Amino acid sequence: MNYEAVIGIEVHAELSTDTKIYCSCANKFGGEINTHCCPVCTGMPGTLPVLNGKVVDYAIKAGLAMNCDINKNSKQDRKNYFYPDLPKAYQISQFDLPLCKDGYIDITVDGEKKRIGVTRIHIEEDAGKLMHDVTPDSSLIDYNRCGVPLIEIVSEPDMRSAKEAEEYLNTLKAILQYINVSDCKMQEGSLRCDVNVSVRPVGQKEYGVRSEMKNVSTFSGVLRGIDYEINRHIEILEAGGVVEQETRRWDDGKGISVSLRSKEDAHDYRYFPEPDLMPIIIADEKIEKLKNELPELPHIKRDRYMEQYGLPEYDATQLTTLKATADFFELVIAAGASPKAASNWIMGDIWRIMNEKYMLIEDLPFSAKQLADMIALIDSGTISNTAAKQVIENMFETAKDPAVIIEDLGLKQVNDESEILSIIDTVIEQNPKSIEDFKGGKGNVAGFLIGQVMRMSKGKANPQTVNKLINEKLAKL
Amino acid sequence: MSIEKLTALEIAAKIKNKEISATEVAKHMVSQAVKTKEETGAYITVTEDVAIEQAKAVDEKIANGADLGPLAGVPFAIKDNICTKDILTTCGSKMLYNFEPPYDAFVTKRLADSGCVLIGKTNMDEFAMGSSNETSYFGEVKNPHNHDCVPGGSSGGSAAAVAANGAYFTLGSDTGGSIRLPASFCGVTGIKPTYGMVSRFGLVAFASSLDQIGPIAKDAADCAAVMNIISAYDNMDSTCLDIERPDYMKSLENNIKGLKIAVPKEYFNGADEDVKTAINASLKQLEEMGAIVEEVSLPVTDYALAAYYIISSAEASSNLARYDGVKYGYRAENFDNLSDMYFKTRCEGFGDEVKRRIMLGTYALSSGYYDAYYKKAQQVRSLIKDAFTNIFAKYDVIASPVYPTVAFKRGEKTSDPVKMYTGDICTVSANIAGIPGISVPCGFGKDNMPIGLQLMANAFKEDVLLKTAFAYQQVTDFHKGI
Repeated sequence: MNYEAVIGIEVHAELSTDTKIYCSCANKFGGEINTHCCPVCTGMPGTLPVLNGKVVDYAIKAGLAMNCDINKNSKQDRKNYFYPDLPKAYQISQFDLPLCKDGYIDITVDGEKKRIGVTRIHIEEDAGKLMHDVTPDSSLIDYNRCGVPLIEIVSEPDMRSAKEAEEYLNTLKAILQYINVSDCKMQEGSLRCDVNVSVRPVGQKEYGVRSEMKNVSTFSGVLRGIDYEINRHIEILEAGGVVEQETRRWDDGKGISVSLRSKEDAHDYRYFPEPDLMPIIIADEKIEKLKNELPELPHIKRDRYMEQYGLPEYDATQLTTLKATADFFELVIAAGASPKAASNWIMGDIWRIMNEKYMLIEDLPFSAKQLADMIALIDSGTISNTAAKQVIENMFETAKDPAVIIEDLGLKQVNDESEILSIIDTVIEQNPKSIEDFKGGKGNVAGFLIGQVMRMSKGKANPQTVNKLINEKLAKL
Repeated sequence: MSIEKLTALEIAAKIKNKEISATEVAKHMVSQAVKTKEETGAYITVTEDVAIEQAKAVDEKIANGADLGPLAGVPFAIKDNICTKDILTTCGSKMLYNFEPPYDAFVTKRLADSGCVLIGKTNMDEFAMGSSNETSYFGEVKNPHNHDCVPGGSSGGSAAAVAANGAYFTLGSDTGGSIRLPASFCGVTGIKPTYGMVSRFGLVAFASSLDQIGPIAKDAADCAAVMNIISAYDNMDSTCLDIERPDYMKSLENNIKGLKIAVPKEYFNGADEDVKTAINASLKQLEEMGAIVEEVSLPVTDYALAAYYIISSAEASSNLARYDGVKYGYRAENFDNLSDMYFKTRCEGFGDEVKRRIMLGTYALSSGYYDAYYKKAQQVRSLIKDAFTNIFAKYDVIASPVYPTVAFKRGEKTSDPVKMYTGDICTVSANIAGIPGISVPCGFGKDNMPIGLQLMANAFKEDVLLKTAFAYQQVTDFHKGI
């Protein structure tokens, strides 16, 4: 039988506000253990939460960027459960009135567009972190992360493969980074996923029984976990078994999921409205203002790059995944470079060198204008492409203007035909065997000779001119 | 007359006029507090060192000619569920037997900044759950008028301390009557302000949507003076109202001519004759002073008690979940694993009444029962609010008993929780509706025990309550005390 997977994902994204959601502690990753916490975020007796307005703004922005309706009358609720990393023994979250609902994210998989529904986005507080390996017979708790603001983005069960899930997560991450509400640093736990997977025979309308993998902290873990679960479910069904509704944990090291608890053991969170906080009332003007603050979003930008600049989809996607890259690219074009040349240089040598140096595009030592100048110098024939590679390397080192570097390194292209001819003559003189071969109709002598000329000119001879003159020369033999 | 019998404003005037130093008063009142603690159990902690230090600072300021607040140098005490920095704050529970908060409650700070002198922390029903002050881990409190009787709860220590002249005024907290009831049983004056008038920051939560801090004192004028200090906007409490507050001292006018008083007949159902007699006499007195008194009906009162016990227990079950032995307070000594530590800590750390309410509240919030209990109770809450709104469209004040009886005997109701709960019938509605209520001594009943008249007004109308109580106390002596 052929099966179809049904996948829904809940993404928890830490918001990059300056302070925590209910107190004035710094919202900062790292730091000495238990130094970014206070009586409020550790839930000491008598303390009360006060909502950070920025958290609401950020969540609404995310909602607008994901085409959600904004609930103008929203509230916060308590989710009650015991765990040592949760000092109040309840998490302040949102239950039946999330800030944002009924949105979607458009993704493209293998050239096909698909719309993934976003059920809801709500705000909540993060918990602390348990440390099990510091002391032998007890666990310690770091409350620094307690009260860090989160949004939970819940998708509809609209994905059908790990590939679609990957696209959904990449697009979602790009959006959050674009609107500058989360740094999305997976290695710091800024993005975490709960993944729901079920399978059903192709053509069946009803969903199969789902399993949920909690708290997967890498995208690759999500994708491998999905494939693992799909296979596990199919194997159970093929063997005539029944999939159990349960919560599972993804063990990334072993590449397997293991059962955490069954449906019967599911928590009753006893949600009820948080009496320490007032309802969240959102004015139309606020929504309008936040809407106006939204930048052009990545998929729209990508489509525009394809249409306006004629870039291939691959280039357009790569350049728009990070807003900083797209911003830089657009500045290079604004400074006069052709889009394709700008794209080639950014995605080619610049990314290669950035990777070697573990550098972000924001940290480039030279400006977009300087890169555009260099491309102009290639277009005008002042330097060859080969020389330009040296110029770029040097720009990373010195941040000097390309014209100055060309001067310093003597990379200026030789276009003068008589100068090139004299080099060609020397090369022919030094390679009598090649000429013999040519006369004997053997091999690609022209290519070899061009290479020799370029070498002798230290790459400065204009390759087109060399090509033309060599061919003329050989024709006359 | 010994100085402990003076009112807060009277002793403040003497200190201001340098008839007596704040330090002398503090020393005397510390010894009074110690005596009260021994005799009635009203105190959990007496803070002698803090008191002397604060009093000396006041004396220094007076010597330097500083203009201090109207209660500067006045010794007072705080209910033990209101946080005092580095001073034991137990909530009357084994669970917090060793808890010293690293912060002050908003009200604690306001009073310290006004030069009031903290002499101790008062006993209370465990986590403010109780009507008799018999559930404290630190022992029950005795009524100063008769040691065989309860002082009322849950702010029993706060009311008993004032009645026994062991403090000039105290702070209590009122979730369903916990200021008004002990004030009534102990013959002192106590006001529960409108929800949101006084910051709850630093008040250890029982039921967040009902809790409110208020003063207990010898008379309405002292209550007004304390209200002027503690009622202020605080951005650390999201439910604290950012509105202009009146000068309550200025509202103390001896004139209630034309004041319209509604008397809901449902509040007298089941009241003892001695209580009815005293309340009716006080209503007559108010009429003689120019008030217009009319009987009204508030049928929704019948549902108030059920709604109150569901909402307050539900919120409590969540608020008290943080006491798990992980971070502070009591932790069971021997346990096998995490859930065993939770289980034993909470079994051993909480008393029976607290456990009963946690179970009640947990049940009311459980999936499948939420709609039938919690949601229904919230709907009743809306109805009660509406009913009060309708009454206050026509009347300035609602008058009723505080409690159907005078103070009952210790141990009399401890075996029957429901009987204990039903006594709160007259007080819970003010909390459910979020309106202010005051208990004013209005007579003595069986065994010469004090009786309190409850006055309630529309939200933000504390000034009307204080004025009415003040005027009444100009012509009566019931508040004069022991």
